[in-house]
Amino acid sequence: MLVRVIARRVVISVTLLVIIPALTFVIEALTPGNAADFLLGVSATPEQRAALNHQLGLDQPLWVRYLTWMGRFLHGDLGNSLFTGEPVSQGLASWLPVSLSLLIGATLVTVVVGVAIGAASAQHTGGIGRLIDSLSVLGIAVPNFWLAVVLVEVFAVTFRILPATGYVQPQDSLIEWGLSLVLPVVALAFAGVTAVAKQTRDQMKDVLDRDFIRNLRANGVHERSVIYRHALRNASIPIVTVIGQLFVGALAGSVVVENIFVLPGLGSAAVQAATSHDYPVIQGISVYFTLIVIAVNVIVDIAYGWLNPQVRSL
Amino acid sequence: MSNMLETLDSVADPSGSSPTQLPERRSHTSVLRRLLTHPVGLPALVFLVLVILAVIAAPALAPYKPQAVDFSAVLTTPTGKHLLGTDQLGRDVLSRLLYGGQISLEGVAETVLVALGLGFVLGIISGYLGGGVDAVLSRLIEVVMAVPAIVILLMVFSVFNNNEHLAMLTLGVLSAPTIFRVTRGGALTIRHQSYIASAQITGVRSFTIMVRHVVPRIYGPLIVNTSILAGLTLGIQGGLNFIGLGVTPPAPSWGGMVAEAQQSLQEQPWLIVPSGVTTGLVILAFVLLGDALRDVTGERGRGSRVSVGLRAQPEPTIGDYPRSITEPTGIAQAEPLLSVRDLCVAFGSSARLRVVQDVGFDVLPGEAVGIVGESGCGKSVTAWSILGLLASGGQVTSGTALFDGVDIFALSLRERARLRGKQIGFVSQEPMTSLDPCFTVGDQLSELVRTHEKLPRAATRERVIELLTQVGLPDPSDVAKRYPHQISGGMAQRVSIAAALAGRPKLLVADEPTTALDVTVQAEILELLRTLQRERGMAILIITHDLGVVADLCSRAVVMYAGEVVEIGPVQDLVHAPLHPYTKALLASNPAFGKYGEPLPAITGTVPAPAQWPIGCHFADRCAYCIDACTTQPIPLLIPAGQRLARCIRTADLLEGANV
Repeated sequence: MLVRVIARRVVISVTLLVIIPALTFVIEALTPGNAADFLLGVSATPEQRAALNHQLGLDQPLWVRYLTWMGRFLHGDLGNSLFTGEPVSQGLASWLPVSLSLLIGATLVTVVVGVAIGAASAQHTGGIGRLIDSLSVLGIAVPNFWLAVVLVEVFAVTFRILPATGYVQPQDSLIEWGLSLVLPVVALAFAGVTAVAKQTRDQMKDVLDRDFIRNLRANGVHERSVIYRHALRNASIPIVTVIGQLFVGALAGSVVVENIFVLPGLGSAAVQAATSHDYPVIQGISVYFTLIVIAVNVIVDIAYGWLNPQVRSL
Repeated sequence: MSNMLETLDSVADPSGSSPTQLPERRSHTSVLRRLLTHPVGLPALVFLVLVILAVIAAPALAPYKPQAVDFSAVLTTPTGKHLLGTDQLGRDVLSRLLYGGQISLEGVAETVLVALGLGFVLGIISGYLGGGVDAVLSRLIEVVMAVPAIVILLMVFSVFNNNEHLAMLTLGVLSAPTIFRVTRGGALTIRHQSYIASAQITGVRSFTIMVRHVVPRIYGPLIVNTSILAGLTLGIQGGLNFIGLGVTPPAPSWGGMVAEAQQSLQEQPWLIVPSGVTTGLVILAFVLLGDALRDVTGERGRGSRVSVGLRAQPEPTIGDYPRSITEPTGIAQAEPLLSVRDLCVAFGSSARLRVVQDVGFDVLPGEAVGIVGESGCGKSVTAWSILGLLASGGQVTSGTALFDGVDIFALSLRERARLRGKQIGFVSQEPMTSLDPCFTVGDQLSELVRTHEKLPRAATRERVIELLTQVGLPDPSDVAKRYPHQISGGMAQRVSIAAALAGRPKLLVADEPTTALDVTVQAEILELLRTLQRERGMAILIITHDLGVVADLCSRAVVMYAGEVVEIGPVQDLVHAPLHPYTKALLASNPAFGKYGEPLPAITGTVPAPAQWPIGCHFADRCAYCIDACTTQPIPLLIPAGQRLARCIRTADLLEGANV
């Protein structure tokens, strides 16, 4: 079973890595003009366009370009930015740590805070339970971009305790790096925290109704161990899946949040590349986003197997 | 993003499996009617309808053109002229909201319709054709779900010059998996049902049949998911518009207005309110509408509140009768280890539904006592109330339970918890579900051992092996390393017993310990219990529906019927000459007591539910000996013979064998 899970994941991952760049090529080919128009402007002569197209390889058929790109990609070459001329891989190397800081930070907050709230509230049915339920709805309803604006206004502008925008490299100052991430992480994690809290609470309630929980209690296991060792461990299996899905969902959110907080990550670069029609950059970023999704899915699979002995031992 | 939707899908269906039991068909009108009386659904629906109508009627309703600039009134708070104030160019916020809503809601509609259409058609095809087509489509959908939607959207924005409509249609394609899975699940469930086959025979075209039969089935989950999808789409779209994608200023959009508000936040904080709150409220309305629809379409699954049928219960008139003579006085050979008296347990709000009534019995030290009766007689509830582990909503309303002379019911929760495992051990019915699937047998037993006595690591391990040996497992160190799913039911039940023994209890409560096991394994487990009782002097209270088990193991039996004790006595007497018709019927229907070659008579009828308990004898309507006097008044426990008790006024006739 574990082998099948891995095999399936590999198939999906490879498919994604083949399809997503292909999609970007197809979408690009649908465009009425092409990059040369944007680079040279409307006043360029046909000769100039042809020369540039040839230089960029855009005069080749689509499938040739795709295969060429794939061949280079397999050697770690993602081409050059149409505007800066710098290798895309170089840009990605500088954007990726920023995005990962934000995404991992938000995921950690989501998991720790969400699971803690959910587990602690699992036994309570009255007011606290209803509060969690309403908060989870609120988590979906409050748009993250709006929350980000309000957070900046309150914590950066009014109280001046956190930086409003910008990013500090961790090697420059670890503390300032952390501070520069606080508001973006909160804005990105808010919806996730409420969703995970509710999921955890529901799953825990479900597990707490099961036979073995009653047996543990009946034979004297302490309530704390029943809740945090046994019930949480059993509830964590479906929660891990949810967290994986939330992480992937947070990619879209990270693009918005990076732009609001002017963080030089993949999301900011992607929006800039999209508005300036810098296709090699968009293709490179889409590959990286895909790789992140694949990595998360693999981590989820591993965690799932680790948490669930029935998957592990088969 | 599609994965975000996926998350909500699994929130809606915690089991995660798609072809689960789908709700039975409900008429559309009744869904609508119930939605209109739903406390959350109605306001959400009304709000959404009002917003949609207002947005459609924007040209008529809006007091200004959305881009009409008025530098004489810049960044105002709400005034009579500008109900929601103005922005930095003096544009009327209300008007911009109304016009901006056209773009926002249009986009939501585009996404939702594409997702719904595509997901539904593919889902029907996949579920209907099955086999290879289904496999390919399902894999494809799985891949689509893993696509980071934002990447594709950025690509579309880039290539098609910020085209909002194309982006929203693309988002629809990427959101189709949720709808696909719901539809496919529904189609798969009904694919093999006979009415589909008969419809095919009568020549109706198959695809039409599928659509006609699938739609009513998945109607509920489909609209629930659609509503939530709409809410999420609005959030995503707002974010994109906010960073300038999709809608190019000065054209108004809700997300774009938040961005404009941010630029003037210092001068006019109010500006952030109308656009943000409108977006939030509409998302909220969609999500809450989805929740409400889930309620009214019965698409709630396991999360549903268990409603106990709380009908009027006849108040037993105890008046003139002795409340309960549960154990004959003057026969106590020894001080009982457990002595239960007048136990009443009730469920529901303000404890309205009594499920156990005036139950009393004794367990002497080292004695094995059986509580026997059909399911629904209150046997397990009696055991759980002694352990202090009644399911939520249940409570002991009166009675005492003296354990070693101390009333358990008078103890604090903490003191009661200390009793469990250490004084009273517990073994339950289903061995396979009674162990934590996430920990090895050894881990689970170690924890129990450490809970009850502080031992060093090595000694704990030794004790675990000792426990496993005690319950007759041949290779204890091997079993200790295994997970519950790696051992057989019989082994699991032995492990459960070992777990109950970990605290060296004086009393073992065993709830149907053999019911779920094979016959040969049953005998082994009973033998094990007998050995433990004999060798360790441990008292056993066994709960079972099988009088044969009681006869095998116990010295005395307590027969329960519909919440009451109907007979108590030494097992041998009770088996050879039952004093209650119910005991007699139980014996007659048990193969262990039947005569070879004679048919086993089943007891006709069923145990009445607590709400339907009659005033008189609870067994009256199933009893061959019933006379008028049985039904007019509560029947007390009588002492017809030596050490025996029976809740029957016809004991004498029963003993004579007279049948009415």
